Amino acid sequence: MSAITLIEAVNKAMAYEMENDQTVVALGEDVGANGGVFRATDGLQKKFGPDRVIDTPLAESMIAGVSIGMAAQGIKPVAEIQFMGFIFPAFDQIVCHMARMRHRTRGRITLPMVIRAPYGGGIHAPEHHSESTEALFAHIPGLKVVIPSNPSRAYGLMLAAIRDPDPVIFLEPKRVYRIVKHEVEDNGEEYPIGCCFVDREGTDITLISWGAMLHETHQAAEKLAAEGISAEVIDVATVSPLDIDTILESVEKTGRAMIVQEAPKAGSLGSEIAAEIAEKAVMSLLAPIGRVSGYDTVMPYYRLEKQYMPTVDRVLEEARKIMEYK
Amino acid sequence: MTTVAKFDIKYTQYIDQDGKPTSKKLPKLAKDIDTLKTLYRSMLRIRTLDTKAYALQRTGKMGTYPAALGQEAIGVGFGSALNKEDVLVPYYRGQAAMVEHGVTMEEVLLYWGGDERGSDYQHAKEDFPIAVPIATQCLHAAGVAKAMQLKGEKRCVATEIGEGGTSEGDFYEAINVAGIWKLPVVFFINNNQWAISVPSEIQTACETYAQKAIAAGIEAVQVDGNDIVAVREAAEKAYEKARKGGGATLIECISLRLCDHTTADDASRYRPEGELDEGWKAEPILRLRKYLESMGEWDDEQEEALKAELAKEVQEAVDNYLNTAPDKPEAMFDYLYSELPARTMEQRQYAIDKANNKGAK
Repeated sequence: MSAITLIEAVNKAMAYEMENDQTVVALGEDVGANGGVFRATDGLQKKFGPDRVIDTPLAESMIAGVSIGMAAQGIKPVAEIQFMGFIFPAFDQIVCHMARMRHRTRGRITLPMVIRAPYGGGIHAPEHHSESTEALFAHIPGLKVVIPSNPSRAYGLMLAAIRDPDPVIFLEPKRVYRIVKHEVEDNGEEYPIGCCFVDREGTDITLISWGAMLHETHQAAEKLAAEGISAEVIDVATVSPLDIDTILESVEKTGRAMIVQEAPKAGSLGSEIAAEIAEKAVMSLLAPIGRVSGYDTVMPYYRLEKQYMPTVDRVLEEARKIMEYK
Repeated sequence: MTTVAKFDIKYTQYIDQDGKPTSKKLPKLAKDIDTLKTLYRSMLRIRTLDTKAYALQRTGKMGTYPAALGQEAIGVGFGSALNKEDVLVPYYRGQAAMVEHGVTMEEVLLYWGGDERGSDYQHAKEDFPIAVPIATQCLHAAGVAKAMQLKGEKRCVATEIGEGGTSEGDFYEAINVAGIWKLPVVFFINNNQWAISVPSEIQTACETYAQKAIAAGIEAVQVDGNDIVAVREAAEKAYEKARKGGGATLIECISLRLCDHTTADDASRYRPEGELDEGWKAEPILRLRKYLESMGEWDDEQEEALKAELAKEVQEAVDNYLNTAPDKPEAMFDYLYSELPARTMEQRQYAIDKANNKGAK
């Protein structure tokens, strides 16, 4: 067992499954000799050769479309889109084909494949390198959208994503690629897709988050504890299909719910979670549902990035407001 | 200044519109009367199907349908040249190639009749369903070819696209990667002169569509798409090259759409006067008939017998289609994922109850 970062966990999970299953291939821009711009595929081409770790020309729609063709023929592609901001040329292939092939052919053609992309803000990157557009994908029936928040989850969920019989969009919160290390045993054990994880148990308020924002959420929960407020923290992990039952169960227990997300507020995953709570657990609520999110603005360039990103203070402020509600 | 690269595009035609050979060096196929008769039958069958589908749409028994009148030689030509184990990745007007490769006419009708079961091919198990977003299928074809290459198989992939579709990014991305990776895939451009209402001068500044292959580093071929001998010959050569590891080919087949874009279109709004009259003189079925007649291999009696036989065959497919009841409402849910998510199960039950009119108080 060794302490590894989130990006190393992604790498280790891919290596494990490529060793274990000869049909798994990695492809994308710069994934070969360079090992990916964030080093997610570091060393994989050396180990598995250029037939299984494939450098592609610079064309995102091609990466998705070719992966679809390969998956239909029994190859399991793990395709990298270098940054989520560049996934849009592939959006057509993802939405119109990847999500639909099983349904369209009545199960005749299925697409076990993964599209990975680093996403989210906080690394002082140029334009289009920092957005959180997970809701665009979570809205599409037929897709699974997974977002790990830490190294253990990244390892287990990546394995599950590769083994999943359906296509998975795997979004990696790049701000936390290297900020924490976890002891992760490289034993091929997966985490289930389609489950929320209760990271911290509490009785007064449920804090619901995913990806990088879990880190601010956990810090806030710690501070709230010092103030005598017991916060339960849920890592959504699979944003589609959403495990709403775990969230509802928690909210019914605590009576208070708050969502923390980096993405803009309107029409977001937070909106969906809030609506589900309002529909199904409103009678348990002791206070209105709270949301801390990015603003409904274009993601700013990095000089204003800090002003955009939800902070521990913003989470605390909203949590206290909810707690004080009468 | 020095010339660092030079290219040319060759055009092939073996039989002209009067059914006369245009070359003394004809391929074997031009003398293979049995095969020519089979191809003739296939072309006439697709025309019969298209004509019937049009009538079904006009009488409210079919949704929007894209007939391919005048382009039968393209799909029948390259579809019939595929081996069973090869894979076809069709485009939306691809019924000729699809049926040649084992998709049933009933499945074609079911698909355009608004039923997903039309893409659950019972025979062409590995063939792709129709991709409606233009040019997207080219990338699937490249991916299927990549998988064959990785698995070391001696199979190939054929895909079709309209000439308008070659303006799309996915087309360029597909031929580009097919060139780099030397993929066993053959791209057929069905150049029927019209992308709905848009003619070639608005679609491209190129002299030919075939030459787009040059920028991708793959072989460019142009044939008379109304000459099934030329289409099939070019397809056979390209497939053989692909299966042997020689890489991809782009084949432009020049034809003319002798019908509206779909049943929802009215080509009289944009088609120049006289084009159809000329087009019907050059169409592929008449041409092959003239060729066969000139050799004493076809006559009116055979023509009438074949037409009657095909009418019966197509009618059977139509009856099967019309007698297929719509799928159950839960079919909306049952193929989305390998396992339906818990929260969607609720909606599934609701849809079933609503359809059964339960709880409708």
